[in-house]
Parts: sequence; C-alpha cells; structure tokens
Amino acid sequence: MSGQRGWPLWEVFVRARRGLSHQHVGSLHAPDAAMALRNARDVYTRRGEGVSIWVVPASAIAASSPDEKDAFFDPALDKAYRHPTFYDVPEGVSHL
Amino acid sequence: MYGNIDRIEPPDAPSDATSDAPADGDGGGMVAAARHAEFDRLIADDQRIEPRDWMPDGYRKTLIRQIAQHAHSEIIGMQPEGNWITRAPSLRRKAILIAKVQDEAGHGLYLYSAAETLGVDREDLLDQLHAGKQKYSSIFNYPTLSWADMGAIGWLVDGAAILNQVPLCRCSYGPYGRAMVRICKEESFHQRQGFEILHTLSRGTPAQHAMAQDAVNRFWWPSLMMFGPPDESSAHTVQSKAWGIKRFGNDELRQRFVDMCVDQARVLGLDLPDPDLRWNAERGHHDFGVIDWAELNRVIRGDGPCNADRMARRVGAHEDGAWVRDAADAYAAKHSRDTAAVA
Repeated sequence: MSGQRGWPLWEVFVRARRGLSHQHVGSLHAPDAAMALRNARDVYTRRGEGVSIWVVPASAIAASSPDEKDAFFDPALDKAYRHPTFYDVPEGVSHL
Repeated sequence: MYGNIDRIEPPDAPSDATSDAPADGDGGGMVAAARHAEFDRLIADDQRIEPRDWMPDGYRKTLIRQIAQHAHSEIIGMQPEGNWITRAPSLRRKAILIAKVQDEAGHGLYLYSAAETLGVDREDLLDQLHAGKQKYSSIFNYPTLSWADMGAIGWLVDGAAILNQVPLCRCSYGPYGRAMVRICKEESFHQRQGFEILHTLSRGTPAQHAMAQDAVNRFWWPSLMMFGPPDESSAHTVQSKAWGIKRFGNDELRQRFVDMCVDQARVLGLDLPDPDLRWNAERGHHDFGVIDWAELNRVIRGDGPCNADRMARRVGAHEDGAWVRDAADAYAAKHSRDTAAVA
C-alpha cells in the first residue's frame, strides 16, 4: 500500500453547459490528471451536471490571503465613480 | 443518510474557550482578539466562514468531528443496501439500488473533501474510522433482513436524514454547506424510491404486505433515534446553534419527522409501531411513545447487531483495494517519466 497516502489534491471545475464558464465544484485526490478527470466525472457529474471538466493541481493555485484582504481590496472601495449610480442623470433623459 | 450522531457523544473537553482566548501581554493578543471579533461578526451576520479564515479551535474541531462522522456514515451506509444489490427483485430495482449506493459513495467523497479544507487528511480520518476512534450513524448497525428493508431505509432513514441535512445547507461553514446542497439534491430520489418500494409491496400479496410492515416495524424506532438524544441531554446543541452549524434542535426535527410520516404511512397502508402515537390537537402535533435511549447507547457503544460486521467489511474493502491504488500509483509514476522524457 505504498502510495495511497499523499495523492495530490485536485480542484475540480465544471462547465454546466455551453455559454457558461467553468465553476469550482469541489476537490478530490488522484495519482495523476487522467485519473483525476475520470474520478471528477464520477463524483461530480453523475446526473449530467457538466459538459466539460477541468482538474487543476491544488498546489498550482495561488490565492490572496484572507489576512490582508482589507489592504488588498481597499483600492476598489473608494472609487464610487466607477459605478453608473455615481452620476446624476437629469429628469427626462432616457437610454443613458 | 445521516443522523445527529455527533450530539450523542460526551464533549471531548469541558470547553475550548481557553484555547480561543487571545494571548495576554504582547501585541499578538490584540491581533487574536481582532480575528475573533471578525469571526463573531461573520457568524452574527449569518455570513459564511471559508477555509482560510481564522476560526476558533473549538469551531474547527466540532466541524471536523461532525463532517468526518457524516462522511463515515455515507460510506458505511453503502453496506446495508449493497447487501441487496444481487437480490433485487427486478433489473429496474437493481439499477436503482446500484445508483443509490454509488450516490452514498459520492456523498462520502464530497464530505471528506469538505473536511480536508479544515486541515485534516482523508487518510487520517479513514484510519480513525477503522481504528474505531470516530463513529458513524448508529442506524447502519441494524441488519437488512428482507427486500422491504430497502424500502424502509429509503423512506424512513433517508427521510430522517433529509430533515437533518436540509438545515445543514445553511451551515456557517461554506464548504460543508455547499457539500450538503449537492447531497440534498440527490437524497430526494433516495427517499422516493424507498417509498415506492414500500407502496408496491404494501399493495401486493398478503405476504408482501407483511414484509413491508415488518420492515417498518424494525426501522421506525431506530429512525427516530437518528435525530439524537433529547435537547436537554444533548451535549453540543447549544454551542453548535450559536456557531450556526446547527439550525434546529433534535426534538423539533424529530417531531417534524413524526408528523410527516403519519400521513405518508396512511397512504402506504402501513402502521407505525407505536401504540402511543396520536394527534394532539392542543399542540398541533402528534404525540408519540418513549424512545429506548438505552438501546441507542448500546448500539453506539458497539453492541448493535452489526457493528463488528460493518467495520470488518469496511477494513476488508480498504485492504482489498490496495492493489488498485498501487496500480494507479505505478501508472502515474510511469506516465510522469514518459512525459518528462518527451519534455
């Protein structure tokens, strides 16, 4: 039972149907990408939930840290002028 | 399938409060206090906690224990029904039962995956199951003696599980809630196919009707026990509710289950084996008899009819599958060498 421990973790993304992007649905362990894809099909699409699957080694994902989330996302918070609701539209103007 | 099994165990420590307390003295205390305040704010706002967020040790431990036991229940739950796959009465029933048992395996995998986001390894959880250090739902320690038991399990056991599980879709821990959404979607087929089995048998020959009634007689009380002990003696309920892990008390869900089943039993033409079961107009609910908690505790302690059997089968399956895992490893190693050579 040499390698049963430490099979890499794969994050699974499924495209539910054409026109939609792949969405993260969960994760699984598998020794390689081919097995990860097969297992992802059996675990996450038993009822036709997808038309395409991506599996990505979890170790390949770089993520922002929850600890620095304020500092990291702050620059977006004080720029209300990026939203259309920031602007006054005079009465009677339509299609704007 | 799942019951409130974690509620039955005594709490492992009086309180985790001390370990969550911010350290005194240095600036680390301030940071810890701020993190705890942020956690409390998210819980109070009914927001979700996600894997990389700070969380109190007690919250993490409670979730690991609950999700692991839930996952174990799913995979041990494959056994009572797997027992009848080769003897299903028709090809249609066999195909349905295989799909259901496969779903249980899938539910186990969703849940192990959710547990792993809390920093534990699936292999370690399985080791603890195999060593008897983590539990699974006591309902699976009852034998499945007849085909009608497939009906009773679907109708009663999965029915009780659904009532427990639907509120877990709103669990404060994101990955657990998301796994539960997936599971609940799939469970409703399980309950309906069980109901259909019983309905068919109940309207069949007298012998088939008797078989259905016998199955309901045996599974009724254990199903009520799936909701866990009465709230006043439930070790974890208060804290789990405060943390948004649990939304309803054991007794409330049990009452809902009884009320639901009375009407459905009428449609099935089957009796629920409780002489004290009657409508109470004042309460607007059905009264029901006293549950034999001594039996539940016996089964949890390991003296149920099938405890040893289930564990032996589980460990055996794990060991028998070793060559498959080894082969997959060998293939992956060879394949990665090939890929490296090409590159």
